[in-house]
Amino acid sequence: MISREQVEHIAGLARLELSEKEIEKMQKDLAEILGYIDMLGEVDINNIEPTSHSLPLHNMMRGDVVEQQTPETVEAMLNQAPQKEGNYIKVKEVLS
Amino acid sequence: MDFNSLTIKELHAGLVTKKFSALELCQFYLQRIQANDKKIGAFLQVGGDSALKQAGAIDNLIARKENLGALAGIPVAIKDNMMVKGLNCTCGSKILENYVAPFDATCIKKLKEQGAVILGKTNLDEFAMGSSTERSAFRATKNPVDTTRVPGGSSGGSTAAVASNECAFALGSDTGGSIRQPASFCGVVGLKPTYGTVSRYGLVAFASSLDQIGPLTKKVEDAEIVFEAIAGKDAKDSTSVDKQVTHRSVESLKGLKIGIPKEYFAEGIERGTREAVETIIKKIEREGAEIVEISLPHTKYALPCYYIVATSEASANLARFDGIRYGLSTRGKGIKDLLNIYLKSRGQGFGPEVKRRIMLGTFVLSSGYYDAYYTRAQKVRTMIKQDFTNAFSIVDFILTPVSPFTAFKFGEKIEDPLKMYLSDIYTISVNLAGLPAISLPCGQSEGLPVGLQIIAKPFDEAGIFSLGKFIENLVKP
Repeated sequence: MISREQVEHIAGLARLELSEKEIEKMQKDLAEILGYIDMLGEVDINNIEPTSHSLPLHNMMRGDVVEQQTPETVEAMLNQAPQKEGNYIKVKEVLS
Repeated sequence: MDFNSLTIKELHAGLVTKKFSALELCQFYLQRIQANDKKIGAFLQVGGDSALKQAGAIDNLIARKENLGALAGIPVAIKDNMMVKGLNCTCGSKILENYVAPFDATCIKKLKEQGAVILGKTNLDEFAMGSSTERSAFRATKNPVDTTRVPGGSSGGSTAAVASNECAFALGSDTGGSIRQPASFCGVVGLKPTYGTVSRYGLVAFASSLDQIGPLTKKVEDAEIVFEAIAGKDAKDSTSVDKQVTHRSVESLKGLKIGIPKEYFAEGIERGTREAVETIIKKIEREGAEIVEISLPHTKYALPCYYIVATSEASANLARFDGIRYGLSTRGKGIKDLLNIYLKSRGQGFGPEVKRRIMLGTFVLSSGYYDAYYTRAQKVRTMIKQDFTNAFSIVDFILTPVSPFTAFKFGEKIEDPLKMYLSDIYTISVNLAGLPAISLPCGQSEGLPVGLQIIAKPFDEAGIFSLGKFIENLVKP
């Protein structure tokens, strides 16, 4: 079983507000899934390199150049914001 | 005119020779959606006006006898996790319910350049997390073969739209089987291309090292045409690679070595599914292919490996939905600061499966658990990939079932996450290894479609198409 405190801690890291009922369900679900995942403990991973990506890709570099957007695109993007002022997105104060 | 039995090539020929116009074709599908989609529920949004406008423009090109792209005038449905400028992009989630795409995804840009007519956006499990499309926040999509059953998922809407003739073809996305498994459940063709061949720019990210866009079609040849239209390197997706389109045609299967992994026919597979797949394998053998039993020894670890890798990447990718720049934002009474907005917007905007995966991903990445879970899963991923490399040093292709069972009833697996995850047990390794694979109908089990999966070496889509077309003809009764 995953403890209530553990679920609350993880939910805080993930910036998720969970209801009482959700916390209880999450304790049970996570325990079951983690129990299943523990199967990976059987595998001998000595001297195995981790794979983060299926292709052997390297860092792709490009110039940091601003691409000009049309005013329509800028407006369409700003219109998605819940609060704005002029061409800025308005948020609650960050530092007080 | 019965458009439903026509392939993309035949539709193209009909347009060019003016047997019918692009407008007629578009109207046919829009009427079909209007008449049929109440029952199926494939679409979340139909862009009727913009589709008719696109079709009209194609008719003008035809009247002026200009060269047409292979997809000019062909009506397509798009999974609602890809950006189509001016249409909603909800990802099947409350958190993006009112989001309007301000730009086109690269694959959409390419479809438009070819002249494809975009009919609308299709239903999916929220953020593509699911195997039945029951996890959509908006509606259920029914399997056109049997409406008491799920269409599979997460590309259930796109797949049902193809299977119920509500479009000529569709685009889906596949992170662990989300194109192939619904294709199998609904009896259509679905391709998961090699990782990197199709740009992911404008696809809302679920698990970036696994996600890939691909076609859902009625025929293998159609999948090939669509794949060629959307593939290619894109400056906006640094993981995309140069298009390596080659053509091959298989006249005979003599000399071809086909691997059958024994782990894919072990416990858990339904009898009818197993029999349908074994029957087609016997036919393939009679055509001269050499059938070799192979082993992919780490198969059983693919699912737990996937649920660590995919949820880790998802927990990071979905951090962007914070109620600040777009999407659902909880404001008003009791909301004091930024943290409140994050917590409440995400708490209210995400559904249960998405929350579960964000939580799991955050847990396995958290301090003290990272090495035990995440690093270990990445190493197991290496071994799963190595299994395939070893197998492909012996065989040309690998054939497997797509899912251990056929389409299940609504509600059957929704309460048990682990049971639902098992739907994808035969498709997930392919994403972890970045390989191309197709699902194509190979028979039935108790009246429900069964899919055969062809897995190939990286970038051998041409091989998949040529073998797929050959098998397609063998399946025909």
